[in-house]
Amino acid sequence: MQFHQYQVVGRALPTDSDEHPKIYRMKLWATNEVRAKSKFWYFLRKLKKVKKSNGQVLAINEIFEKNPTKIKNYGIWLRYQSRTGYHNMYKEYRDTTLNGAVEQMYTEMASRHRVRFPCIQIIKTATIPAKLCKRDNTKQFHNSKIKFPLMVKKVRPPTRKLKTTYKASRPNLFM
Amino acid sequence: PFKRYVEIGRVALVNYGKEYGKLVVIVDVVDQNRVRTKCVIELNPSSSCKKLKLSPEFEALVDAPDMVRGQMNFKRLQLTDFKIDIPRVPKKKTLIEAMEKADVKNKWENSSWGKKLIVQKKRASLNDFDRFKIMLAKIKKAGVVRQELAKLKKENAS
Repeated sequence: MQFHQYQVVGRALPTDSDEHPKIYRMKLWATNEVRAKSKFWYFLRKLKKVKKSNGQVLAINEIFEKNPTKIKNYGIWLRYQSRTGYHNMYKEYRDTTLNGAVEQMYTEMASRHRVRFPCIQIIKTATIPAKLCKRDNTKQFHNSKIKFPLMVKKVRPPTRKLKTTYKASRPNLFM
Repeated sequence: PFKRYVEIGRVALVNYGKEYGKLVVIVDVVDQNRVRTKCVIELNPSSSCKKLKLSPEFEALVDAPDMVRGQMNFKRLQLTDFKIDIPRVPKKKTLIEAMEKADVKNKWENSSWGKKLIVQKKRASLNDFDRFKIMLAKIKKAGVVRQELAKLKKENAS
């Protein structure tokens, strides 16, 4: 699933008592604009006394990655709901785009902790310079002369059309 | 134990997906599954520039003269014996120069692996007339071989 980053700007509807309500802006991740707006109201409800029915979204813009060909280390701070309560987490990912890192985060949370998309709130994301990375898993790639062998040669047919259930001979997995 | 390493400058062959059959240079390693690559050459000189965006786990950053630099999963790559000398994420120009210097294209086409792929491509693109010509050539070759064999048998018998 491709996550997109959106900037959503909204406010409560102007009323007689409040002609110019405060405008709020949020940056969120969602798969499409509709979901982004929905998530915006979810968060705004938790912070202010406003709902979608008495508010309006003023703008929603997609935010694109500035440098999608540069590999970066992303740190993501999140708050998630587990079966027993809420917890905070800090995770690091190496990716070329922030959306890619966020997608990695969601899939990792789902696999490692069985936490699904609605139960995760992203508190903060940041590009971390290599010196400040905390996780060994990302730090092991901070090597300008990185070199490692591939252990197993994955034998795959080049297109899914050529895939067969039975093969005449055993595959040779030696690289 | 291991001769072909994933490293910056390693030339790899793409064996799955849209960029199938292209030679790529590993330009950086994203994480255990992915790599930044740049396509070196196409064996079929006709494809257009395509943007690569794949992101399962083990990846590399990959690049090639005719390709936008992009990520690739190691599962799609087959490492070759060739390695060129490049800094970590070189500009397209430096990459092309380094490739010309290392003469990757000719070395690849003269290697047994490269030659096999070229022959496979040729065979796949034959038309009926070509197949007819091949049939005649095979018959001729078999005839010559049989003559020689008959001569040797005669010498042995006598």
